[in-house]
Amino acid sequence: MSADAARATRRRILSATMLALTGVAAVATIIPLLLILSHLLRMGIGALDLAFFTHLPAPPGEVGGGVANAIVGSAIMVGLAALIGLPTAIGAGLFLAERDGSRLATAVRFVADVMNGIPSIVVGIFVWAWIVVAMQRFSALAGGVALAIMLLPMVARTTEEMVRLVPRELGEGGIALGLTRWRTTLGIVLPAARSGILTGVLVSLARIAGETAPLLFTALGNNFWQLRVDRPTAALPLQIFQYAISPYEDWHRQAWAGALVLIAIVLAVSIAARLLIRSPFQER
Amino acid sequence: MAPYASPDRAAAPPGVARRALARLARALGGGNVADRGYALVVLAAALVLPVLFGFIIVRVGAAAWPAVRAFGAGFLTSTAWDPVAGRFGALPFVVGTLASSLLALAVAFPLALGLSIFLTELAPRWLAVPVAFATDLLAAIPSVVYGLWGIFVLVPWLRVHVEQPVVARFGDAVPLLAGPAYGVSIFAAGVLLALMIVPFIAAVSREVLTAVPRTQREAALALGATRWETTWKSVLPFALPGIVGAAILGLGRALGETMAVTMVIGNRPEVPRSIFHPGYTLASVLANEFAEASGDLYLASLMAIGFILLGVTVVVNALARLLVWYVARRGRAA
Repeated sequence: MSADAARATRRRILSATMLALTGVAAVATIIPLLLILSHLLRMGIGALDLAFFTHLPAPPGEVGGGVANAIVGSAIMVGLAALIGLPTAIGAGLFLAERDGSRLATAVRFVADVMNGIPSIVVGIFVWAWIVVAMQRFSALAGGVALAIMLLPMVARTTEEMVRLVPRELGEGGIALGLTRWRTTLGIVLPAARSGILTGVLVSLARIAGETAPLLFTALGNNFWQLRVDRPTAALPLQIFQYAISPYEDWHRQAWAGALVLIAIVLAVSIAARLLIRSPFQER
Repeated sequence: MAPYASPDRAAAPPGVARRALARLARALGGGNVADRGYALVVLAAALVLPVLFGFIIVRVGAAAWPAVRAFGAGFLTSTAWDPVAGRFGALPFVVGTLASSLLALAVAFPLALGLSIFLTELAPRWLAVPVAFATDLLAAIPSVVYGLWGIFVLVPWLRVHVEQPVVARFGDAVPLLAGPAYGVSIFAAGVLLALMIVPFIAAVSREVLTAVPRTQREAALALGATRWETTWKSVLPFALPGIVGAAILGLGRALGETMAVTMVIGNRPEVPRSIFHPGYTLASVLANEFAEASGDLYLASLMAIGFILLGVTVVVNALARLLVWYVARRGRAA
């Protein structure tokens, strides 16, 4: 009897210990986040000034200047990527949701998931070999295409998942009322899934806005203003990289400022997407 | 089938082909022309993915071909990396990539598994939601920002508080832990990569654990198991293939991670003898040297490195996805 009781106690202690360890793992994961964010704030805030947003980069070794052209360049390329990638991605997502179960949909879904795992640097050299070589110059367009390739599988899969959350009856109601299929999809199913799809799109755009590797050999970077999409263009992540590995103190300062701006954008979008926009069919 | 078999069309393609055409027409959405147009458009959009995927493989493969022809399989085992002499081998990069990624996985996997068990089996909602949100934020931090933090914060800290003490204590006895400790190293890259892939592995494991049917837990609890025993003996075995899949997905991420690794690994094209020595990875040699590669063979060699990276990550991701799907399907069936 007492042996049984001792055994039960041992089991309870083991259970409590192991579960406590999972809590420790959770804390250990959160701590780096806090460290990174607090360090970024400390180093970044002091380095941020108006010139940072309105001026061109200063020549090497000189103090001051900003990254205005890189912020605009990033916006141009993310915009291009959205223009190129989103229609295809949402169409593919609709296909995956509507043809769920068919062999083709399963294959496409699998390919999308595998493409999601292709390293961004490989996407970069692919676009270089495809577009930069053909155009014979680095360009915002090539950068936009590279980012669009990153965007495509991400948005296709989230669109699929959001469309699948829409109750079947809603679409069937449309068909029963005599609507054609495409009217049902565009008029009933898509609007019902809209907020969820928008969330997925925003989060994906925020993610590609922070990508560096696909732009290294496509957009290349630029120290001056460049608004033409067929010319080398600056991007904020590229600028941060260049500043971070430079030997200049003032460039390090600006790298921190740039990182703070970049992360503020990425986090603001992630948080907004999570808190403000929710699919009405998503579990809370 | 009747609406599509108009006399003139029926005459042209015989037998099999006609049936296939009719099936396609039906699959494309019945009689309405606009419906058929819509179905075609979304089909085309979906087909962009596999076509693009194939094109990436072919294009990168073709660009790598001159290097394959020049060096053959020896490319994988040679340690030469001499752009001036035109001799190229990928071994230092393969070793650096594997070493840093496996180190990252060894650190990240226990943490991620613990975290996902904590979130799905233990934490009450009010705690689980913000913690899950925080880990998602970690996943959203751009690679270049991790790299910046790595250069200026993590690497100096690791050098003084981990690398130097360990080298002083074990450096002479264990070759893998030998010094000198420069700071930038395979070890630093592994630690930084671990931080980056924990949220990723945890997200997938969480998904897998959530797919484990309730009955699997209730049965164990009803038999008198403690909560840990329920998790360890009933939930985890059910979810195991998916969790292995999650770990492999994380490995795939680490293998292809570029910016952060490039900034902390030291970028030295030699096979490292110790985890505290600088190394180089497939992805970071691309990041550093691709733009200035002069000469066709140099470029083709870099393309071949890209192709190795592509091949490895595609295989790793395909394998991992199959494992994750397997658990999700079994969860629905049960």
